[in-house]
Amino acid sequence: MPDEQKPDGSAAPPPAPKPAAPKPAAAAHAAPPKPPAVMVTTPWESDITQLLKDRFGAEITEFSTYLGQNFLVAKPEEVIPILETLKLELDFDYLVDVTAVDYPKRAERFDVVYILYSFARNERMRVKTMIPDGFSPATAVTVHLAANWLEREVFDMFGIQFAGHPDMRRILLPEEWQGYPLRKEYGILQQDDGWVRENLGIESGQ
Amino acid sequence: MPEATFLDATELVINMGPQHPSTHGVLRVILKLDGEKVNGTECVIGYLHRGVEKIGENRTYQQFAPYVDRMDYVAAVSNGLGYCLAVEKLLNVEAPPRAQAVRVILTELNRIASHLLWLGTHALDIGAITPVFYCLREREEVLKVFENYCGARLTTHAFRIGGLQYETYDGFEEEVRKFCDWFIPKVDEYEELLTNNRIWVGRLKGVGVLSADECKQYGVTGPVLRAAGVAWDLRKAQPYSGYDQYDFEIPTAENGDTYDRYTVRMEEMRQSTRILRQAVDRIPSGPIMGKVPKVVKPPVGEAYVSIEAPKGELGYFIVSDNSTQPYRLRVRPPSFVNLQALDRMVRGGLVADVVAIIGTLDIVLGEVDR
Repeated sequence: MPDEQKPDGSAAPPPAPKPAAPKPAAAAHAAPPKPPAVMVTTPWESDITQLLKDRFGAEITEFSTYLGQNFLVAKPEEVIPILETLKLELDFDYLVDVTAVDYPKRAERFDVVYILYSFARNERMRVKTMIPDGFSPATAVTVHLAANWLEREVFDMFGIQFAGHPDMRRILLPEEWQGYPLRKEYGILQQDDGWVRENLGIESGQ
Repeated sequence: MPEATFLDATELVINMGPQHPSTHGVLRVILKLDGEKVNGTECVIGYLHRGVEKIGENRTYQQFAPYVDRMDYVAAVSNGLGYCLAVEKLLNVEAPPRAQAVRVILTELNRIASHLLWLGTHALDIGAITPVFYCLREREEVLKVFENYCGARLTTHAFRIGGLQYETYDGFEEEVRKFCDWFIPKVDEYEELLTNNRIWVGRLKGVGVLSADECKQYGVTGPVLRAAGVAWDLRKAQPYSGYDQYDFEIPTAENGDTYDRYTVRMEEMRQSTRILRQAVDRIPSGPIMGKVPKVVKPPVGEAYVSIEAPKGELGYFIVSDNSTQPYRLRVRPPSFVNLQALDRMVRGGLVADVVAIIGTLDIVLGEVDR
C-alpha cells in the first residue's frame, strides 16, 4: 500500500519512516530485540509547517511524521486558530474525524485528535492537543460544521465538554446515563445499573 | 390579543421511528412540521449502540476482526478490509499481490451487493415495489459467491490481518466472470424501470439538494459527494490494495439531488463490474498471507487508514501501545457523518420527501450507532 500522505513538492519530503528498521539496530546485541517504548517519529517539514511555525511559533510543540502520516501537537488554546488557518490558507477543508484518547496516568489526561484532509492537496494530517480532565477545549463547529456530532460523541464517550458547542448533549447513549464508557477506568462489563433498572425494568444489562 | 386556538398552531412536532419501515433500521427522527413543510429535524440515534470501540480495546487485534463486520452489515467485506489495512499499516506489512487481488474482487462484489440493497429499499420507500425483488435476486448471486468462498453470506470475516485465510475455490474466477456478464443487463433493466419513470423522476429531481461545498462542510463523502460534482474517490485519490492497477472511472453528477445520487450509484455498479472483470483476469499466483507474526503486537504508534466503503470514507484510527490489544480504536463511520447532513437536506422540503432523503443517504444504523 502506498503511503497515505503524499508530501507535496519534493522540497522536504518526510523520509519514509520504517519503524521496523531502527528497532533492531537500537538493540542489536540483545537476542529478542525490544521495541521502543515511544512512538519513533521523524520530523515533518514542508510549506505547511513553515507557515504554521511563522504564525504560531512555540504554540505548536511538535511537527512529526509516523508511518508517512503527518501530525502536529499544539497547545489546546491554539487549536481552533490552527484549524482555521489550515482551512482558509492551506486548503484543509474537510474535517474527517474528531476523537480522543485517554491516558489516565498522565497529568494532561486526554489527547484530542482532529483528522483533516485537503481535497486540493490530496493530503491528510492530524492536529493533536493534550488536555487535563475537566478542561473544556473550544468547539470546532465554528470552523467545520462536521464537528457537531463528532464532538458530541467525544463528550458522550469521554466526558470532554467543548466550550461554545451549540448542542453539547450525549448522542449515542441515553441523556441521563452516568459515566463515560471510553475512559480507561470504565470496565468492559460496566453499565449504568440505575438507568438500566429504571428504564428497562431489569436488574442488569449483563 | 385573542386567545390562541389549535388552528393557530403553526408548528407540529411528530415522531418518526425508531420502528418505521422507511428509516432503514432504528433511526428516530423528530420532525417539526408546518403543514406539509419541514421546519427542522432532530435525529435520535444510539438504539443499536454496542460499544464497538470499547470492545476493540478489550480484544486482541485478531479477535476484534469479526466485530467490524457487524457495523455496516450490508458491506461487511469493506469493513474488514479497512480494519485489516489499518493493522497492517501499524505492523508495516503488506498483503501479498494475490491476496490484494482477491480482496479487490470481494470488496467490489460487496459494493454491488450494498448498492443493490440500497436501490431496492430506496425504490420501495418511494413506492416502486418491483425493483426490490429484482435487486434481492441479483444480490443473492453475490452472497452465493461469499458463501462459497468463506461459508458466510453476510458477516463474512473474509480477510485476515496480513492477507487471506482461505484460498479461492475451484471455479471462483469463472463464477465471478459469469456474474459480471449476467449482471450488466440487469442494471439496464433497473434503469428501464426507473430512470425515465415519471413518478420516479418527479419524486427525486430537485429533492434533498446538497451542494459540493456543503458536503465538504459536513464531511459528507461517498456517492453523495460525487453526485454534487466532486470526483473524489479514495480508490483513486489514495489507492490501496492495488486499485491503481485497474482501469475505472469515478461517476459524478452535477445537481447533488436525490436523482443524481441514484444515477451515480447505478453507474458505480457498472464500474465495479469493470474492476471485477479486470481483477479476475489477472489474479497473480503466490502466497495469500504476508509475514505477520502469530501474536500481533504492533510497535508503539498510531495510524489512520481509510478506504472507500460503499457509503463513503470508512476510517480506522488505531493507537498501539505495543501490546496485543489496541490501546484505542476509533472507527470513523461514513453513515454517522453523512446522517448529520439530513437536517440540512430536509429543511424547507416536504414531509413526504424525508423518506426519500433518508433512503438516498444510504445509512446503516449498525454503523451509525456502533
